[in-house]
Amino acid sequence: MQITYNANKCPKCNILQIKGTMNQIEVIANKIEDLFYRRKKRILSVYFTAGYPKIDATATIITNLEQSGVDLIEIGIPFSDPVADGDTIQHSNHVALKNGMTIRMLFEQLRDIRNRVEIPLIMMSYLNPVYQYGIEKFCKKCQEIGIDGLIIPDLPLYEYETKYKDVFDCFNLKFIMLVTPQTAIERIRKIDFLTGGFIYLVSSASTTGSKGKMSSEQMQYFKRIHDLGLNNPLLVGFGISNRESFVNACRYAAGAIIGSAFIRAISQSDDLKASISSFVQSIKAE
Amino acid sequence: MKKFEVDQNGYYGRFGGAYVPEMLFANVEELRIRYLDILNDSSFQNEFHALLKHYVGRPTPLYFAGRISDKYNTRIYLKREDLNHTGAHKINNTIGQILLAGRLGKNKIVAETGAGQHGVATATVCALTGLECTVYMGKLDMERQKPNVERMKMLGARVVPALSGNQTLKDATNEAMRHWINNPEDTHYIIGSVVGPHPYPDMVARFQSVISEEIKTQLFEQENRENPDYVIACVGGGSNAAGAFFHYLECEEVMLIAVEAAGKGITTGQSAATIALGAEGVLHGSKSIIMQTDDGQIVEPYSISAGLDYPGIGPLLAHLSEKERVKFTHVTDKEALRAALELAQLEGIIPALESAHALAILSELNLKKSDVVVINLSGRGDKDMETYIRFINNEK
Ligand SMILES: Cc1ncc(COP(=O)(O)O)c(C=O)c1O
Repeated sequence: MQITYNANKCPKCNILQIKGTMNQIEVIANKIEDLFYRRKKRILSVYFTAGYPKIDATATIITNLEQSGVDLIEIGIPFSDPVADGDTIQHSNHVALKNGMTIRMLFEQLRDIRNRVEIPLIMMSYLNPVYQYGIEKFCKKCQEIGIDGLIIPDLPLYEYETKYKDVFDCFNLKFIMLVTPQTAIERIRKIDFLTGGFIYLVSSASTTGSKGKMSSEQMQYFKRIHDLGLNNPLLVGFGISNRESFVNACRYAAGAIIGSAFIRAISQSDDLKASISSFVQSIKAE
Repeated sequence: MKKFEVDQNGYYGRFGGAYVPEMLFANVEELRIRYLDILNDSSFQNEFHALLKHYVGRPTPLYFAGRISDKYNTRIYLKREDLNHTGAHKINNTIGQILLAGRLGKNKIVAETGAGQHGVATATVCALTGLECTVYMGKLDMERQKPNVERMKMLGARVVPALSGNQTLKDATNEAMRHWINNPEDTHYIIGSVVGPHPYPDMVARFQSVISEEIKTQLFEQENRENPDYVIACVGGGSNAAGAFFHYLECEEVMLIAVEAAGKGITTGQSAATIALGAEGVLHGSKSIIMQTDDGQIVEPYSISAGLDYPGIGPLLAHLSEKERVKFTHVTDKEALRAALELAQLEGIIPALESAHALAILSELNLKKSDVVVINLSGRGDKDMETYIRFINNEK
């Protein structure tokens, strides 16, 4: 079989970009895609705020989450004005900033993280801190460290598509977008087409951390999105706080994301390893 | 307004846009698609102008202030937005938005407020139309603008203290946005200034543009000219300034001056002068100039005036500053307080602390005797009496 291609180095990220007719060329791997390729069910993703509860807890939390059997981690960069977050995550952001967490420090703490953990890592930040750091510089640093995806809740689809997508693609960062009960079907399809990794299915119209059981309305909504047969897998987030809500969320999705409940579980902990392990067990135990 | 009009993507030059989380996309998009049709509809226009006339009391006078003119040896006019129902320009916007909310089929309203003027104006139009009203207000602001808290409650609004940050306008805005995220279907968010995601800045500017529309006619009646030499307004988010400048943006011969709150001075770290101290960034749904650290964290602003105590500015004003169409300057707490006292004693008008910032730059301008200067007196000072009394007692 004949393969013709032109290889060019991308000026931004120095990655060899290959154009032309390809049949057998390996596409650059991404750990998020890899995970969903291997596993279709009961994927557990955990969010934590970097710098909380202590400034130097980042690596401990990440390694222990992996050891406890978590499949994917969202590392939250704290922000002074997290408008999409409820009380718990607002508080963790506030404490983390008071503890002195910055993007620069976080990158420093994560420098060798790929020697210690295998599972996919996602950076979650509001736009302004990343914007101020410099979008390209931020993405480059993420790639160097081995970050696999980005969640930026206040970066809307239009801006992503017209100004950011090329940069994220260039650094092999999957951009993960939220979909809510208010998102129109057309738009969900467009999000599915333009983004990668997975789709973050927001469980109800709310900020993070709302509690309570999944209603039958919510379950129907999950099923409706499931039945669209999207290219990207779904992870349900917002309001997943215990085993029951996790199981319900997994019914029509590949898995679920836990944030506030995890933050609460480690808020008073003086033994992070034990707290993390027992929290993850409480969610995953059969 | 052509040259400085918002483009179809919601931008004024490099500022603007609609940076909202997906949870708010549907609401903001519905607004974007429908606001121009609704605003341009003749039944809307008739209702809007009838309410402005018979309920708000417009047109507000353009008053030639003789004694203060003598003092500064020029011709000073005050656009009396303080004489609006509820005591500030804010009601021009809330009347417009409450009519819009009705046409969008929303039956609940959420708003943020700093000085409480926007909160009162929102509570007022909610009482007028029978819609349920929730107002978020920073806890510090609830203390320093107590009369307005009581007014909102009497009008039937629920006033919820914002407890995060410095407990001022920025934090109240965060809470109002969260409330909207949690109640997207039945609630309309009435933003109080020319800030927020597109189309809010454009929509609020249009509602406030009645100010400069009236100035043109009134100045013609009194001076036989539509265009003054100067228009001066204070700037928090920028709505009274946008309204006072709107119909003059294309008239290059009119010098437009925006006055920010320097707080204790722009080098003290206790200031709210966004254009002087800020950098490009994204806050509360739009890209604009914001006060922030090198790490992109929003700086807690400071001003004695609750309505100016905000670390951002509307994207239109950021653009007008960058294009040098509007000259930005700033005055300190002290200068504003002195200017308020001066107006009270020379003209018998007690201005809002916010508006006093606009008055305070008169002494810095190189005014000619023949110059015609219009100052937008955005609100009255009843709400600030406690602060004024303290100042007067300290000066003695
Ligand atoms: C009387 C008065 N003037 C000015 C302002 C500042 O707002 P803006 O810059 O939107 O006019 C306020 C805000 O509360 C106010 O109450």
